[in-house]
Amino acid sequence: MKNFQIIKALTSASAVTNLSKETDAKFIAGGTNLVDLMKKNVTAPDKLVDINTLDLKKIEFLSKKVSIGALAKNTQVAEDKVIKEKFPLLSLALAAGASQQIRNMASVGGNMLQRTRCPYFYNTDMPCNKRVPKSGCGAIGGSNRMHAVFGASESCIAVHPSDMCVALAALDATVFVEGPKGKRKIEFTDFHRLPGNTPEKDNVLDAKELITSVEIPENNFAKNSHYLKIRDRSSYAFALVSVAVGLDLKNNLINDVRLAMGGVAHKPWRLTEAEKFLKGKTVSETTFKQAADLAMKEAKGYGENNFKITLGTNAIIEALTIASSK
Amino acid sequence: MAVKKTNKNNEVHDDSNSRRDFIKKSGLFTALALAPPSLVMASESKWDEKIASYLETVPLSIEINGTKHNLNIEPRTTLLDLLREQLQLTGTKKGCDHGQCGACTVHVNGERILSCLSLATMQQNAQVVTIEGLSKGKKLHPMQEAFIKNDGFQCGYCTPGQIMSGIACIKEGHANNRDEIKEYMSGNICRCGAYHNIVDAIMEVKEGGKLI
Repeated sequence: MKNFQIIKALTSASAVTNLSKETDAKFIAGGTNLVDLMKKNVTAPDKLVDINTLDLKKIEFLSKKVSIGALAKNTQVAEDKVIKEKFPLLSLALAAGASQQIRNMASVGGNMLQRTRCPYFYNTDMPCNKRVPKSGCGAIGGSNRMHAVFGASESCIAVHPSDMCVALAALDATVFVEGPKGKRKIEFTDFHRLPGNTPEKDNVLDAKELITSVEIPENNFAKNSHYLKIRDRSSYAFALVSVAVGLDLKNNLINDVRLAMGGVAHKPWRLTEAEKFLKGKTVSETTFKQAADLAMKEAKGYGENNFKITLGTNAIIEALTIASSK
Repeated sequence: MAVKKTNKNNEVHDDSNSRRDFIKKSGLFTALALAPPSLVMASESKWDEKIASYLETVPLSIEINGTKHNLNIEPRTTLLDLLREQLQLTGTKKGCDHGQCGACTVHVNGERILSCLSLATMQQNAQVVTIEGLSKGKKLHPMQEAFIKNDGFQCGYCTPGQIMSGIACIKEGHANNRDEIKEYMSGNICRCGAYHNIVDAIMEVKEGGKLI
């Protein structure tokens, strides 16, 4: 790993100011992804701004919403009693990601900013438009079993690796950020982006902006929600596909529904068409099957990952079935 | 001597620039005057700052297994490398060095973490417990005893990480049944496949109810 300078920031404003002064500086929180990327020489910042001293660790239950500080640890959120009670989908998704050791280190903001685990991105001997713009994509026509079936481009077919983000996308979360130009908020579903011609950009955050918190509005999905994660081993692996479901049921009638997928796109993939279809319908296997087919209609495989289309369809049906029978 | 400073922007410099300045102003760069032209050119193109930053170390106070250490380390030193290479605490193992195997698991401030993905400089004033800190003299920790009794290993390389993780697993309240133990131990890979006996060992300690 290349050596670097490291300073501690005591306020979010000074963190942003410090980062702005440097051309090649990065914030560091848990470091579980950044340190790994630095070891692999995928990224090599000259300076790190350690933000762990900032007062951004609280989980606050306000009227009709919860505010989660960007530095709250993944374990802290996953095991919070009220989160478990009111937003079990978030807790389940967090618990499905990584290992307890990593969840003890990793922050909520860092989870959102983790990079893809595409092997071509990680291997500096390989072409990768995300790592080195215009160098090509090794995964298209290469080993792409883990890759995207939605929203990919000719430049990049990588997927976003987070589980937590799939739940946050489903739960209509909002991201709060602070930068040199001040504070702003971003809808969670607009936070991550599709690769297009600029896959080097994972999200809409400006280079010098800092995530300060995430808010989730209260909802009626707590009773009938589920996070289904399909992976190569039963724990501690990235998703082949995952499905986040929140159902608001009155008897067997679907009052409202949220559906999102992980492991299938460059961003958490919200299934809005399937949601619209399900709303007002009665719970049944046929309805779930129709919704799943609708959700997977635009899916496109790249060879090794063609199986994700059938797997995705079945995972949606399974997740809806489990959530509705809770 | 590096001094902690707080400036008007409220930034604390773990290492003030004094060390860097010292290096720049002192012997190394006087020597550059006598060095071949290529090195002088390097100096003129501000490479001196880059070279200085390579030599930069930061102070670290850290408590490991009850012993306080005041050290100077490179910012890029991971907690794992600090333990193994500088403090000769080689019980903590380097498996993958990329957060995928759990062999480097240690406890920091009572929680299990991966020392390979943790920058030592970010563990200022932390209390670290490694496998070496478990036994009391010759008396092994109950989890160590249980691993031996239940044959919870073959080659033994993952064992320190498994034991540190197993203790944390019980303390966290995640060892209530075999399935829960398997899930919460999934970050510790054992390529010999001693999993069944590892779960036995953890179950035994949990059910034994000894203070761990």
